[in-house]
Amino acid sequence: MTLETADSPPISPTALRPALRRHLHLIATTVVPLVAALALSGLILALLGVDPLAYYGWVVQRGLLSPSGLEATATRMAPLLLIAASLIVAFRAGIWNLGGDGQFLLAAVIVAAAAPALSGHLPNWAVLSCCLILGAAVGAAWSVVPALLKAWQNVNEIITTLMMTFLGVSLANVLVKLAFLDPRTTVPQTRTLAVADRLPRLFETTVSSGLLIGLVAIVLVHLIMTRTAFGLKLRIVGANPRAALHAGLPVPRLTVAVFAISAALAGLAGAVEIVGVQGNVRADWNPAYGLTVVPLVFLARFNGFASIAFVFLFSVLSIGGESAARRLGVPNHFTLVVVAILLIMLGITEHLDQRRRAAGR
Amino acid sequence: MTQPGHPAAFRTDEPIVSLFEVTKRFPGVVANDSVSLDLWPGEVHVLLGENGAGKSTLIGMLSGIQTPDSGAILVDGREQVIDTPARALELGIGTVFQHAMLVPSLTVVENIALGGPAWSRPDKRGIAARMAEVCAGIGVRVDPHAPVGSLSLGEQQQVEIVRALMRGSRVLVLDEATAMLTPKGSEELGALMRRLVARGLAVVFITHKLNEALAFGHRISVLRLGRKVGEITPDRLTALTPQVVTAEVVRLMFGSDAASAGTASGPERQPFAGGAPVLEISGLAVDDEAVPLADVDLTVAAGEIVGIAGIDGNGQKQFAEAVAGQRPLRQGRIDLDGRPIAALAIGERHRRGLRYVTDDRLGEGTVAAFPVSLNLLLKRVGDDLFWAGGLERSGPIADHARRLVAEYDVRTPGVETPIGKLSGGNIQKALLARELSGEARAVIFAKPTYGLDVQNIRASRRRIREAADRGLAVILISTDLEEVLELSDRIAVMSQGRIVGMVANDRSARLRVGELMSGVAT
Repeated sequence: MTLETADSPPISPTALRPALRRHLHLIATTVVPLVAALALSGLILALLGVDPLAYYGWVVQRGLLSPSGLEATATRMAPLLLIAASLIVAFRAGIWNLGGDGQFLLAAVIVAAAAPALSGHLPNWAVLSCCLILGAAVGAAWSVVPALLKAWQNVNEIITTLMMTFLGVSLANVLVKLAFLDPRTTVPQTRTLAVADRLPRLFETTVSSGLLIGLVAIVLVHLIMTRTAFGLKLRIVGANPRAALHAGLPVPRLTVAVFAISAALAGLAGAVEIVGVQGNVRADWNPAYGLTVVPLVFLARFNGFASIAFVFLFSVLSIGGESAARRLGVPNHFTLVVVAILLIMLGITEHLDQRRRAAGR
Repeated sequence: MTQPGHPAAFRTDEPIVSLFEVTKRFPGVVANDSVSLDLWPGEVHVLLGENGAGKSTLIGMLSGIQTPDSGAILVDGREQVIDTPARALELGIGTVFQHAMLVPSLTVVENIALGGPAWSRPDKRGIAARMAEVCAGIGVRVDPHAPVGSLSLGEQQQVEIVRALMRGSRVLVLDEATAMLTPKGSEELGALMRRLVARGLAVVFITHKLNEALAFGHRISVLRLGRKVGEITPDRLTALTPQVVTAEVVRLMFGSDAASAGTASGPERQPFAGGAPVLEISGLAVDDEAVPLADVDLTVAAGEIVGIAGIDGNGQKQFAEAVAGQRPLRQGRIDLDGRPIAALAIGERHRRGLRYVTDDRLGEGTVAAFPVSLNLLLKRVGDDLFWAGGLERSGPIADHARRLVAEYDVRTPGVETPIGKLSGGNIQKALLARELSGEARAVIFAKPTYGLDVQNIRASRRRIREAADRGLAVILISTDLEEVLELSDRIAVMSQGRIVGMVANDRSARLRVGELMSGVAT
């Protein structure tokens, strides 16, 4: 798997035709599998006895066209974008941080406990800033063990981060039930942050301003990775760790930095979700966004802007799918089936494309 | 050194296997050029040659991994096509490769059972019994139920030999079999080979250690740059004294001939006039599982080229990496321009002017997917000239790349082309451009022409000369003796992690270096 995506070279006037061909090629390799995936998913729906057109109609209607649906979609994007940013930093640096769920949930729980506690004592903007920083710090803290093990002992981070996720999710659960329990409710959950104290909404809509935080984060991450010396160092470590050593880069320090940034962004996602949308955490709440976003950033080839598009598409599918599920009796997680089929289709397209290229056109 | 008597009992009139003028070409290289070789029953036939001499290709053709482009392989006098390893086994040619081909987690018997038909249950008891028989016959002892991973490398080799015999091999090819063994293990293997040939087998023993060739072999063939340059027959081997044989083999292995003509990059170097020491290394010791370094002392003056000759894998890589800072030192000093640098990190040593042109061009020298322009700055990422406050300045980066590409004649479609798409020669030119530009003081070249074609070899050697002429201190590590002789002012010979001798590059240098390399002289 190549981690390095080719950034498109500048187009000169004389190269317009190849540029056009390249764009057509890009469309062919993106749109064709997308259509194929929708068709195949439709086939599965038909087998389940559901009219695929009705399902897709509902998804588009509820996720994209209706104002409330679009607002829900936009709000859903916020944590997903932050997690996508978290994954892009790590994956581009060749570090497979799959511990996003633990980092996310633990940050969410601690922020959920801190926000109502702070809200009486500090002005609202300060509470929110503190919560965002706290969430990022908790996320980063939860990656210290995998980071140190990877940097100095070269222990496989896929295993350690996944293990830390199990621990993190369980610890979050325990914290909600034992430490941060709201005594006024019967369901085990943390105290609720008043709606008025949450992240402000954008303009006259219900869209949380978390969306802006997510967009800024992912664009910033994209620019850092592609345009700065720091990002280049991380990409060198990711693309060829031995070359990084040969070139004299401080590989262990960079590794720790990658873990810290990546996990902080995952933690920030948790904080944004709490102070933006949820307001509290129930003991059984675990949206598992972390692993859901992994295929999306792969589809986007770790490109920040493409990730925004895929996160948007996924949010439409997921918000629309939730309402279509209620209406048509399709399981809620059918969205994941669509994404999985899309991933397979894109994989096949890529394989065919490479074979064609190897055959010398 | 013992001279084994030649067993004549199994001598028949024809060899078991004959290679007749086999030639094998790879893109840009002739790996074997009309090589003829006879493998007689009752003989240990030693194939001697440096790395790249064509030994591995020859074995590949015997064991069915490669097929010759021209020429023929005769088994029992009949021409055969050996196109798969299974076919080779069928014809009775078994091969034991340098790196053990056994599954460490399975027992010896299970390993031997591998390769049977998939549907049948292996008869482990039967295999163990047959194994015991074969073992008794050749005088080795192996516990059939021990997991392979718990055996020593020598024992694993014995298992492979037993396995080959159980499959009915009459010809046994041992590829660099002693490379991984202790001296005692090598002795035992030598004794085993003698017992095997006493039973009428033909053994092919590949090595680059001259003393082993003399101790174990009945017949010695020497390969050099893909050609068989000589053969010492059993009668001559028994008739001549070891000293005479040694001299002859050294001459064959390292002697000057037409094979390497055409790579010379210019006239002979002027004798080095002397200069201030730039790079001083003393008492260097490095821990390493394979080849630890000990007591390495080396001083290189400005404008001087010190060649490091030696058979590959004798600590050259460890030495280069230790000096460049890629490996921790156990002991020793490294001074650059009189200032200690041993405690400095790689990047800081680079900034002080220490350059290392690695031989692993794609593995560590470059990031294949990155453009040429960034690869040319790989060791300067973040430099203020090209990154303003950490932000990439694409103009200066591209200008820098275009300048170096033109100056060092790197043939590339553009500076944005991923460097992995260039040919080996052009990647090497880019590496030379990166390391030799800027404020260099001392340069270590590791196998700078390895795998290049004649034209690029010449260009690389010219760069090395020019570097020295500019007043840089140059260390040239090479396994190509011609190259070392052509370029160096002095030649250090490295063997088993030590510098075993330092020779001034005069008329007698070739022979003396050759002797030091093969472990004859001490």
